[in-house]
Amino acid sequence: MTTTDAPPAPPRPRRRPGDRIFAGSATGAGILILVVLAGVAAFLVSEAWPAVVAPAEDIPGGDGLTAYIAPLVFGTLLAAVIALLVATPLAVAIALYITYYAPPRLATLMGYVMDLLAAIPSIVYGFWGIAALAPALVPFYGWAEEHLGFLPFFAGPASVTGRTMLTAGLVLAIMILPIISAISREVFGQAPALHREAALALGATRWEMIRMAVLPYGRSGVIGGAMLGLGRALGETLAVALVLSGSGGITVNLIGQSNPSTIAANVALKFPESTGIEVNALIASGLALFVITFAVNMFARWIVNRRADFSGAN
Amino acid sequence: MAKRIDVSDLDIYYGSFLAVQSVNVSIEPRSITALIGPSGCGKSTFLRSLNRMHEVIPGARVEGKVVMDGQDLYGSDVDPVDVRRQIGMVFQRPNPFPTMSIYDNVAAGLRLNAKKMRKSDLDDLVERSLRGANLWNEVKDRLNRPGSGLSGGQQQRLCIARAIAVEPDVLLMDEPCSALDPISTLAIEDLMTELKERFTIVIVTHNMQQAARVSESTGFFNLSGVGQPGRLIEFNPTEKIFSSPDEKATEDYISGRFG
Ligand SMILES: Nc1ncnc2c1ncn2[C@@H]1O[C@H](COP(=O)(O)OP(=O)(O)OP(=O)(O)O)[C@@H](O)[C@H]1O
Ligand SMILES: [Mg+2]
Repeated sequence: MTTTDAPPAPPRPRRRPGDRIFAGSATGAGILILVVLAGVAAFLVSEAWPAVVAPAEDIPGGDGLTAYIAPLVFGTLLAAVIALLVATPLAVAIALYITYYAPPRLATLMGYVMDLLAAIPSIVYGFWGIAALAPALVPFYGWAEEHLGFLPFFAGPASVTGRTMLTAGLVLAIMILPIISAISREVFGQAPALHREAALALGATRWEMIRMAVLPYGRSGVIGGAMLGLGRALGETLAVALVLSGSGGITVNLIGQSNPSTIAANVALKFPESTGIEVNALIASGLALFVITFAVNMFARWIVNRRADFSGAN
Repeated sequence: MAKRIDVSDLDIYYGSFLAVQSVNVSIEPRSITALIGPSGCGKSTFLRSLNRMHEVIPGARVEGKVVMDGQDLYGSDVDPVDVRRQIGMVFQRPNPFPTMSIYDNVAAGLRLNAKKMRKSDLDDLVERSLRGANLWNEVKDRLNRPGSGLSGGQQQRLCIARAIAVEPDVLLMDEPCSALDPISTLAIEDLMTELKERFTIVIVTHNMQQAARVSESTGFFNLSGVGQPGRLIEFNPTEKIFSSPDEKATEDYISGRFG
């Protein structure tokens, strides 16, 4: 070694202005969403607080905040769960049919129809539910009470208007069907040909191929779609406010006369004529909805990540 | 087990495009048949027509006959699903199911074929297949890990294990080593030599030495121009193909004087 030169300084990464602008605006957008979220949470908490500390008899209903919110939370979850249970399998079936069974022309057409369904405003679903679906379901509710009455869900007495929890859940199911099936369709269509061919080359039938190479691959996408749908179902206001005759307490009877309302529908119906502490109670229920939605998303994320190793993303 | 395949006057189409024209060939059981030829001449297309994987592509169809031990594979009453259960396939890119463990990958075909199987029988078969693919020692401690966590060569051997687990009569391999390093390639070549005791093997390869090393017979595909169908120019014992081929085109291709 004869050289005495100092080792050359490591080259400094060149910062291009475009990179910097993009990095800055992306960071800004990220911070903005956090700030907005925090602002909403702070608003909800501060406005709900008076209702939390108020004496029980001041809260609407007269039994305190918990007794006021509990049936609403229950109703919200029940309607959303019904919607999810009905919509998810149906949406997956529709998505599979469109991606792997339907002739190409029909598949395109069905895709358009599903997108159209997603674009219909919820008030229209509400009117349809109250004017068409509810009356149409009345005979079924009568039948269900008679023959399936041993199940608590169909205990009756059956509603004569049909504006029941089950009707509301079904309307919600139809509302969230397009979003779930659109996302499922997307992920099913992307299942790699490599793995689909691997299954077929093993002698899988089309359905077996779907089970081996398509459904596992699309699983997290379907869960994601279902969670988006669930979010919509939890927060849906107008359709439920119109369809559900909700005034009752907690019950799993899905076809009865008196049903728990949902948080969003209850806020929409009560807010215009509320004053003072009643408003705070409504906002407290809104805070509960905020927490529920948050929890649902965390749960979904956990499910998706649990088997990340096997997700096919690697 | 191993069966012979007789192909006569086979034309293979993609829609209206004739990709491969009038192939006539007999593939011997318990031997390795290599298919060589320039890119785009229809080797993969021909290989995939042997287990009816070809028709997975919309618009793809064949005319002519493929007969395996007297059974017409394209007969009107033949279910392509049954054909593929008898004729397994290994692809160019290793494609273990990423959502399944190593164990489940090997068991995948078994679960299709025999719905109900005792756990211990299944364990045995999975072990036997992995040993058959020379992979057992490397994976026996992590059978429940995803198959996609293996190296490329290991993944390809996993795919071979998956294919031989169902005991097919014929094993088709489309450039099984093209994504692998020389050591994994040798491992798979050794494996093929072992497997030909039990299976009929057809392999597509761009590697002349590989064809010369492992195969008994070699077929040379060529096409006379862009848009023209590929044809099987020569089919002969590998020794002859690589020493004194009948066709000038074969000799040119093998000696690198091609095109
Ligand atoms: N899915 C497809 N649709 C239409 N044409 C196809 C399709 N796959 C292959 N072809 C055409 O068929 C011909 C033969 O292709 P093939 O893949 O069989 O060639 P190959 O001999 O396997 O080539 P390589 O050595 O590059 O793998 C080519 O002209 C190709 O463009
Ligand atoms: Mg090829």
